[in-house]
Order: sequence, then structure tokens, then C-alpha cells
Amino acid sequence: MTEQQTLKRTPLHEEHVRLGARLVPYAGFEMPVQYAGILKEHDAVRRRAGLFDLSHMGQFYLHGDAVAPWADTLTINAVETMKPLQARYNIFCNERGGAHDDTIFYRLDGRWLLVVNGANADKMWAHLNAHLPPSGVKPESRHGSAALIAIQGPQSVGILQAHVPDLDLDSMKYYFCAEARVDGVPAIIARTGYTGEDGFELFVDGESAPQIWSDLLSMHESEGLEPCGLGARDVLRLEAGMPLYGHELTEEITPVQAGQTWALKLNKPSFIGKEALAAQLERDNFSRIAGIVMSGKAPAREGYRVFCEGRDAGEIRSGSLGPSVDNKNIATALLAKEAATEGTRLEVEIRGTKHEATVVPLPFYKRQR
Amino acid sequence: MAVPEGLLYSKEHEWVKIDGDTATVGITDYAQNSLGDIVYVELPKIGAKIEQFGNVGVIESVKAVSDLFTPISGEVLEVNGALDNDPAAVNKDPYGAGWLLKVRVGSAGDTAKLLSAADYEKIATD
Repeated sequence: MTEQQTLKRTPLHEEHVRLGARLVPYAGFEMPVQYAGILKEHDAVRRRAGLFDLSHMGQFYLHGDAVAPWADTLTINAVETMKPLQARYNIFCNERGGAHDDTIFYRLDGRWLLVVNGANADKMWAHLNAHLPPSGVKPESRHGSAALIAIQGPQSVGILQAHVPDLDLDSMKYYFCAEARVDGVPAIIARTGYTGEDGFELFVDGESAPQIWSDLLSMHESEGLEPCGLGARDVLRLEAGMPLYGHELTEEITPVQAGQTWALKLNKPSFIGKEALAAQLERDNFSRIAGIVMSGKAPAREGYRVFCEGRDAGEIRSGSLGPSVDNKNIATALLAKEAATEGTRLEVEIRGTKHEATVVPLPFYKRQR
Repeated sequence: MAVPEGLLYSKEHEWVKIDGDTATVGITDYAQNSLGDIVYVELPKIGAKIEQFGNVGVIESVKAVSDLFTPISGEVLEVNGALDNDPAAVNKDPYGAGWLLKVRVGSAGDTAKLLSAADYEKIATD
């Protein structure tokens, strides 16, 4: 069997083909990396709005009265303190403190939704099931069958509101959600995203997704809504300083190293990785993720070595042109502590030549609120 | 997809225009479209001796780094410096303003290993 035949398709596959998307294998799915072009799509999200198919991401529903205390033993951030209809970023770690996955919990009425990275969905499903308590937690996977459509960009509220008559989207708070109808279809509508812009994520069943997708695009073309692929999403999230699993967070790179210590709640009684993370924080000698800006025009790419005063100081973890960062080449690097302070001059080795770079604070881009 | 007549093409999606003993090299419309938004072009030094089908630089899109191969051997006479500030010219005008190098042709026999517009079009549409 060839690789092509084993790839899964999202419920929106036919829409992508119709739109002429370039499809690539990603997280076991055939996913759109771009439609009209990454820069054009990036621009749509920063100035107007973009529509993304994120149905490759794992959607796990968690049922039962013990979900919150149980989830608190597996994650670094607090679950039990979440308010009804709140969404919260959270990271599952291994015993060494490395990241098993970074996720979002949504507290719904009588159940929870846990959204995990597509590439980690199988691993996370096994992890959850391996740690189930004797009673009080029942996980349900809708990975691959349910759809996730994101609308991101400053015009998101205005565009989406026409399709959600029962809900005042403007009054929904960032990182909160609601259960309502989108074009008559039951949906979870969350004010979350991965672009650094305002926007919503719509969790709907797979059968209804294509109609919602195509109606949104056809009705709001004149407002500049554009289909956007994973290529634009990666540039947007990098500019916004958000970690991408496999790059800034891995089984080896801990949330503390990745600058996600804000999400680490050491006052929780116990959770996997707590001792390792507390010790790492205490020692404070770890290599860490830093933002860097290249002085020249050559882009830094994942894996390139980084030097500080002639000595190897680490490596690039993500890199791209940053259209919203004065079109400079931006990157994240995992750097030795002494090389990671703001303003440090570095050199990135690109095809045997050293290129100047400077450590800058993350995020590279912050939207005007 | 544009494949102009009068140029010769390589299977690696470069074009070459021969004008006496000088050749102009670029990448094809198919190549620029496949790469997507081009953000950086690294070209050889003037005076460099290059081998037919050898690696002479890189072309980077937002997402990927791709090697650039030359369809013709010879000595580099000129590179398109305007691409430093406007690499997107390769996307917009791959056969015109987006040219990459000018080469003093090393071996007239090189052209025998290149494709006509009609033959290249078959490859690029497969």
C-alpha cells in the first residue's frame, strides 16, 4: 500500500479540491498547505479574515464527574478551577517534564472537550486511556469524524455573526465558548485560535461542515474572507510567538524551556512531570526557546546551528519570513541560557556561512486591541 | 502554465535562452508555481565556473528551501541582483524580470541534453 492510500481525508476534502488547494500529508491527513498563496492568506487573516480547516486535530470528549480532578493529575495547568464555558491552554508532560502534547480544554455543560494536536492524537488517546481512573471518566474520540473550522482575523465577529443568530459574538470573551447553532447546525463556538488575531473555532459534525464552509466563503468573499492553509497558519502562529508541538515543545523540550511557565501551576498537589519541572525551574540553567530576528535576507530554518561569541549555543526550531514583522526573517531557537537574553548578538550558520541575528522578546507580533 | 517557445528547458524545471555564446537562465512558470511565494534567492558568484545540471544556489519559498540547478555549463557573467529586494519577481515574471543568471556558455553540446518547449510541457503537465 502506498502512503497516498493510507492518508485520511477531512470532511472538507472535496471543498479543498474544488478550491484548488495544494494538499500535503500532515498528521496522517491530506491537508491544504495553501490555496492562493501563503503571503496572500497571511495578509487576509491580519487585515480581514481567513477560514481554516483544522479537522485533523484530535477532538476528545470527556464525560463523567471525575474529569477535572483526574485531568489535573495529567496536566501542568489547572482544570478544576475553570469556569463553565471557559477554554484553557494546557500541557500534558512526561515524568521528565518534557511535553507529551499541548492542548486546549473546553468546559462544556456536563462534559469537557479536549483538543489535541493532530500528529499526537493517537499518542494522546493511548495516554488518556492508560491513565483512566476506575470510574468517573469516560473518553470519547471524534478524531477524524468531527470537523473543526476556524475563522480568524479582525473581521471574524462581523462575518460569523450573520450565521449565529442566537448568540451575541461580540460579547463572548476571549478563551470562552458557547453551544449554539451555526447556519442551523449544532456547534461549539469558541473564541480561541492560533494566529494572534481575534477569531473563533467552530466544532461541528463532519456531515454539516462542507455546507457551513462553502456558505461562509461564498457569502463573505466581498468582505475579503479567504480560505487559508496550514502554511499561513504556521507563519501566523510563529509571529504571534505561539509554540508548535514538535518544534518549540517536544518530549525533550519542557514547557519551562518553551517559555510556557505561565501555564505551570506548581500549587496543584501532584501531576506527571511536576517534580522535574519544579527542579528545572529552581536550577534555572536550562536551554530555552528565544525569539531571534535575522539581520539579513537569508531565512533561518529548523535545525540550523546558532553561535554566540563563536561558540555553538543552540539551534533554530522554527523559522520563516515574518510579513507582520517588517518582512524580517524571524525564528525561534533553543539556546543556552547565556545566549538567550534579549539583545544578544548571535550568528546563524546557513549553508556554511554565518549570518547575524539578534535575540528579541516574544511575541514578534501583537495585534492592536 | 506558460512555456514560451524559443527557450530550452531542463527536467529540473529551469529554462535557458541562448544568445550567441551567452545564456540567460531562470526557473519555469511551473517551478515558481510549485514553490509558492519566493522570499529569498541565493545565486553563485560572478566568475564562478558551473557544471551543467550542477547545484548553483538555492531558492527559498515561505515554507521550503530548494536547490537551484543550472541547465547549462559555463562561467557566470551576471546574476540578477534586483531579486535581493524583490524575490517575488521570480513568481510574477519567471521568464522576464525574474531571470536568475547570465552565463558564458561553456559547451555548445549542452543544448543536446535539454528539452524543447513542447517536450518540457509534457513533463510539467504529468
